[in-house]
Amino acid sequence: MQQFVQQLLNGLFLGSIYALIALGYTMVYGVLRFINFAHGDVFMLGAFAGLYTQKALGPLMTSLPWPVSAALVLVISMATCAIAGIVIELLAYRPLRNRPRLNVLITAIGVSLFLEYTGQLVFGATQVPFPPLMPSHNVSGLGELTVTNVQVLVLLAAVGLMLGLRFVVMRTRLGLAMRAMSLNPTASSLMGVNNSIVISFTFGLGSALAAAGGIFYASLYPSIEPFMGIIPGLKAFVAAVLGGIGNIPGAALGGLIIGITETLVAGYSQKIGIPSGYKEGVAFVILILILIFKPSGLLGKVEREKV
Amino acid sequence: MSARLELKDVSIQFGGLRAVGDLNFHIEAGELVGLIGPNGAGKTTVFNLITGVYQPTAGSIQFGGLKIPGHKPHQITRMGIARTFQNIRLMPSLDVFDNVRAALIMNLCHGIAHALTRGPKYQEEEQRLENDIMELLDIFGLKDASCTPCKSLSYGDQRRLEIVRALATKPKLLLLDEPAAGMNPTEKVELMKLIQFVKDKYQIGVLLVEHDMKVVMGICQRIAVLEYGIKIAEGTPDEIKCNPKVIAAYLGTEDQKQKPDA
Amino acid sequence: MMKYKAQIALLIALAVSLGLSMCSGQIDDYYLDILLNVGINITLAVSLNLVNGHTGQFSLGHAGFMSLGAYGASVFSLQMGDRLITVFGGQSVFATSVTFLIALTVGGVCAAACGWLVGVPSLRLRGDYLAIVTLGFNEIIRVVLQNTSGDGAFGGALGLKGIPLYTNIFWTFGVAAVTIYTISCMVNSTYGRGFLAVRDDEVAAEAMGVNTVRYKVTAFVLGAFFAGLAGGLYAHLRGTISPEGFNFLKSVDVVVIVILGGMGSTPGVVLAAIVLTLLNEKLRDFEQYRMVVFSLILIIMMIVRPQGLLPATLFQRRKNA
Repeated sequence: MQQFVQQLLNGLFLGSIYALIALGYTMVYGVLRFINFAHGDVFMLGAFAGLYTQKALGPLMTSLPWPVSAALVLVISMATCAIAGIVIELLAYRPLRNRPRLNVLITAIGVSLFLEYTGQLVFGATQVPFPPLMPSHNVSGLGELTVTNVQVLVLLAAVGLMLGLRFVVMRTRLGLAMRAMSLNPTASSLMGVNNSIVISFTFGLGSALAAAGGIFYASLYPSIEPFMGIIPGLKAFVAAVLGGIGNIPGAALGGLIIGITETLVAGYSQKIGIPSGYKEGVAFVILILILIFKPSGLLGKVEREKV
Repeated sequence: MSARLELKDVSIQFGGLRAVGDLNFHIEAGELVGLIGPNGAGKTTVFNLITGVYQPTAGSIQFGGLKIPGHKPHQITRMGIARTFQNIRLMPSLDVFDNVRAALIMNLCHGIAHALTRGPKYQEEEQRLENDIMELLDIFGLKDASCTPCKSLSYGDQRRLEIVRALATKPKLLLLDEPAAGMNPTEKVELMKLIQFVKDKYQIGVLLVEHDMKVVMGICQRIAVLEYGIKIAEGTPDEIKCNPKVIAAYLGTEDQKQKPDA
Repeated sequence: MMKYKAQIALLIALAVSLGLSMCSGQIDDYYLDILLNVGINITLAVSLNLVNGHTGQFSLGHAGFMSLGAYGASVFSLQMGDRLITVFGGQSVFATSVTFLIALTVGGVCAAACGWLVGVPSLRLRGDYLAIVTLGFNEIIRVVLQNTSGDGAFGGALGLKGIPLYTNIFWTFGVAAVTIYTISCMVNSTYGRGFLAVRDDEVAAEAMGVNTVRYKVTAFVLGAFFAGLAGGLYAHLRGTISPEGFNFLKSVDVVVIVILGGMGSTPGVVLAAIVLTLLNEKLRDFEQYRMVVFSLILIIMMIVRPQGLLPATLFQRRKNA
């Protein structure tokens, strides 16, 4: 029982990071009906942005109290990646606005590869250690459960960001514009919504969240490399589909489910007699099952093609 | 095997919306029937039900004694029902010849093996198909355009090609979805002649969905009227013209005309 | 006589490859290796083109089928190879050729079976979803292979070694020629127009009596079969294989070739396979820059010339009256 709760908690922490990345996928899909293949690599950029921000801030990191320095690193990285996301959309996706969707998907693959291999050139191919943003210790008073303060903070920060996103989407005018565009882009532009600005905003917001995910991930698993975004990115995409692509709470739910399932499979694989490496396949098996049995996702709506 | 289409108490529900309700409708072999109604009345939905794109939530549809629901669209085409689409759906990357060729696939004798060995039987069949297609194109005045990419055809010619393509499947019933849409008056007269010609030459039934009343009243033997998914009237063109329910559906009643918008 | 020009072309291609194969001792090993890689990439690209280009189904999992072919053929060669050679009368060109042919076929059939398993549930999904699902299957295959026991028949994460080096010019270009022949002949028949119809407009194709599901699955299975053959050739060229070599990035490599060549254009794709394999070699010293260059090419191509180097429309004009 103890082990089960431990695994559940570990899964929760991991899942919250997948959720943050998944939100970016689902928002862009909702607004553009397009899977931004390069999103996982923005996650990677966020981690490296965090690393280089820390290096740039140098002595400030130690002189400021850790909550302030950590927040500073987070905000700067999120901002940098938001800009990166907006630039990518402007240069690579906007010229293809009216082309067949498949073409844009292929371009997205190109952008993803470009980011990974340029990252390899710039950051080097080997794993780089990510300096901790705060001193780490186990949280006491939980009996035999091992939980670090970093994990708890990551979870709280992730939840905070998700609530912040919900606020932006439900209570601000840009959020309203996003929702309008996701329902009917033509109508929304006729209602005075500047679709281009909404699209840039969506990309920026999604990228910022992915960057945060990258920093949280690097805080929990402190070694980063240019290809670190591929697999978490794919899993986060599965999470978005699981929750219902285009549906924001769905993405959060999907992320948690994937994180928990994966950790449980890894934790109990010994007991069921399979190598723990199989946990890597969990997300894809879930993807295939959901697309066969409920393609609109857990919280999504069925979209019919008009014939 | 008869070519009678019969819909009995057919309904379809999309979530909370009942697009078609308790529809009773039939077409005898060789009849030219019109289906009209205001926008959103469910006319294309009826087409989609007949061709297997949608499955009815209640009722039965039979063609020549065979049940339609439960079959895939391509199987229904093989039963003898062909259709055209409201927004022309030609194969954009194929030329005129190949567009018609695609419709002949379902009656092919050769498959992959023959396509690879390319023996005399294959060559013979390909030649026969080519002759059939050119003959069909010739009848409809598209023979010279056979190598043209279908996107380059005029709108009227594209509509004609879509009908030719549907005819290539050798149907017993042809469903035409707003074939006169976007046409000028001259083209519409041509279309009316074309539909009449097709019906007489190939001895097939035609179900026509159309908004242009001149076209509908001009060629249909019988007309059914839908409003909000329900059939509100059926009869000859003269009967329909005077039917008060039909007039109300299109123009509103006296009461409605005086009420301001809520 | 002209009616059989496709078959004649095939026989000529096979004869030429046999001839070249027999002189291959004269060719420097380094160039021979590049030549064989070109042939394998041609087979991979043309087979993927059937799925992505002619039938319009975006598959990102081709390397998965390649790996099944590679493993299927290699396991067969390693486990049964010696026994078969003895059955056919000891070490001789005939015996090794027959054994290799059987091994390749085993690999192809394994890949085709998997193509069917993957295709049937996935092919009702739309473009972008299908891409991700095929990628998912690619990953699942890789994960499963990676987690097999290291001492077992599949070699686990370290893969297989000591695979007999049967691949030569005849086999490589023979398979490439057969692949090109099969797919071209099939697509250019009336039956084959069905693939293009499915690509252009599935709803209209169904309405014309075309069984779209069957066409999609057929394309998938055939594409997987030839990818499996390519995998078998690849394994018996390198002598060692491991699951990592058939990951998603390898799938993307093949996709880049198909897109660069022009989706649905067999000549374009063959040309692109040659160009990109050679380019790969040239940039081998600049391995770090290779993928950066390729990814930029991909992005720019999609904006500037999405129809590829030799677009399919160039070859679709019929020469009638």
